[in-house]
Amino acid sequence: MAVLLIAEHNNKELRSFTLNAATAASQIDSDVHAVIIGQNSADAAKQLSELPVVKKVLTVEGVHYEHFTAENFTPVIVKLAENYSHIVCSANTFGKNLMPRIAAHLDTSQVSDIIKVISPDTFLRPIYAGNAFATIKSNDDKKCVTIRPTSFDPCESIGGSAPIEKVDPSEEFSKTKFIKREEIKSDRPELGTARIVVSGGRGMQSGDNFRLITEIADKLGAAIGASRAAVDAGYISNDHQVGQTGKVVVPDLYIAVGISGAIQHLAGMKESKVIVAINKDGEAPIFSVADYGLEADLFEALPQFMEELNKLNTIQK
Amino acid sequence: MKILVAVKRVIDYNVQIRVKEDGTGVVTDNVKMSTNPPDDNAIEEAVKIKEGGKAKEVVAITVGEEKAQETVRKALAVGADRGIHVKVDGILEPLAVSKILQKIVDKEKPDLVFMGKQAIDDDCNQTGQMLSALLNWPQATFASKIDIKDNKLEVTREIDEGLETIEINVPAIVTCDLRLNEPRYASLPNIMKAKKKPIEEIVASDLGVDVSPRLEQLKVEEPPKRKAGIKVANVAELVQKLKNEAKVI
Repeated sequence: MAVLLIAEHNNKELRSFTLNAATAASQIDSDVHAVIIGQNSADAAKQLSELPVVKKVLTVEGVHYEHFTAENFTPVIVKLAENYSHIVCSANTFGKNLMPRIAAHLDTSQVSDIIKVISPDTFLRPIYAGNAFATIKSNDDKKCVTIRPTSFDPCESIGGSAPIEKVDPSEEFSKTKFIKREEIKSDRPELGTARIVVSGGRGMQSGDNFRLITEIADKLGAAIGASRAAVDAGYISNDHQVGQTGKVVVPDLYIAVGISGAIQHLAGMKESKVIVAINKDGEAPIFSVADYGLEADLFEALPQFMEELNKLNTIQK
Repeated sequence: MKILVAVKRVIDYNVQIRVKEDGTGVVTDNVKMSTNPPDDNAIEEAVKIKEGGKAKEVVAITVGEEKAQETVRKALAVGADRGIHVKVDGILEPLAVSKILQKIVDKEKPDLVFMGKQAIDDDCNQTGQMLSALLNWPQATFASKIDIKDNKLEVTREIDEGLETIEINVPAIVTCDLRLNEPRYASLPNIMKAKKKPIEEIVASDLGVDVSPRLEQLKVEEPPKRKAGIKVANVAELVQKLKNEAKVI
């Protein structure tokens, strides 16, 4: 039986992690079908049909799907699941919210947040904030799997031409109503997929001081991250949080500024290719994962960093 | 209103995890255990709602081995009225826990069930959503703000893109984010008082739920270690290294 991938999108276009989830799905079985549930999401469905790894696209349209409410998505997917061996989506807040609801209906023990497909029934996943890796074999007939997007490369996005098939919507779940979504718009790259991330922690001391990070991020074309302490203190909004309960990032370069390196923060960034730590406390745990550590007062180091960047003839973007 | 709050006993978040040499799991002997951090937020929120006059009773429940009862006792010390301990040994998957909680919900008939959004040991992030599926109740996951409005809740959820606000009808499940509130500490007099509060003990097998694992944990291993880095003397050296050695800028 084929694998069913749940596409994540904003009704206009696919969200980028759908491509990473598609890669993981195709490693489970080459026969990948993708379902896209939304309202006026034909353009996103067409995009989905162009992914070469996707062999068939199922579209479900309805007003009650506009805001991606798990209670509305679940019955459609549970019904489709009859024909599939695996249901797969990203382990971001979309998939984390949705997949367990599906799994419970299917009486399946979900495998969350996998970082590797070992075989169609066996997966590698981090536990204890990434301080241990567990190899898990699922003995359920149907397997519900969420994948850590940053652990899988995005699939090719053009060249495919999968047939698009309409599926009837299910009834609305009337006990949950969407009110509003406050998305922080930014011209910077997305935190989850950026090549460079510059993050600030409690050491930044205020939200205003984050401008020191913003300047450098703009210069490097980087996304801005933060530790939980900085978000809790109100220096910056929650969508910037990197860590066990925030976002997991794997950029080419991660610059941690004024971040001590609590276990739960390291869980979100320690797979980065190159890690820089700037902290005035030479004993801070962040230095244990840093390729380059600079023991310095960030309020002196960051302006100097900006000066040095300005001296460079070229900067990779 | 009656609020049921589920709490889990986990290795304390400050403990450096050690993987067992035989690859069967992580070392838990003589390791400090605590309540799963976002479960503390769930208890705090329920107690605050009761203090605000909008709930009559807060019941704390845990599912697990003998010692898991400590987490219920702690919940009682910060304001829960009574406790339930469903005793079961061995590995419990979120699906099994949600089936046990479903049985307790059938019996207790709470209006709300709160719990942390994720346990920091298995990092599954499933139980609340599974329970709401089994009950066919609305779910508000990753909650950072809860407003009670008659028989509805307005909940702000932390999502990757920012914040989302939804309205859900009671009865409902809410899974709590760490930013929902600041959990209080138990005072000594309250810890003493908590010792007198009742905890009902239930044996899981009496609930008629199949809790046998569906997943096999074949191996637990250490993640690959990063190779040791270097300290640089100043910013100029750092930028030169990034440019010419790491070649990332």
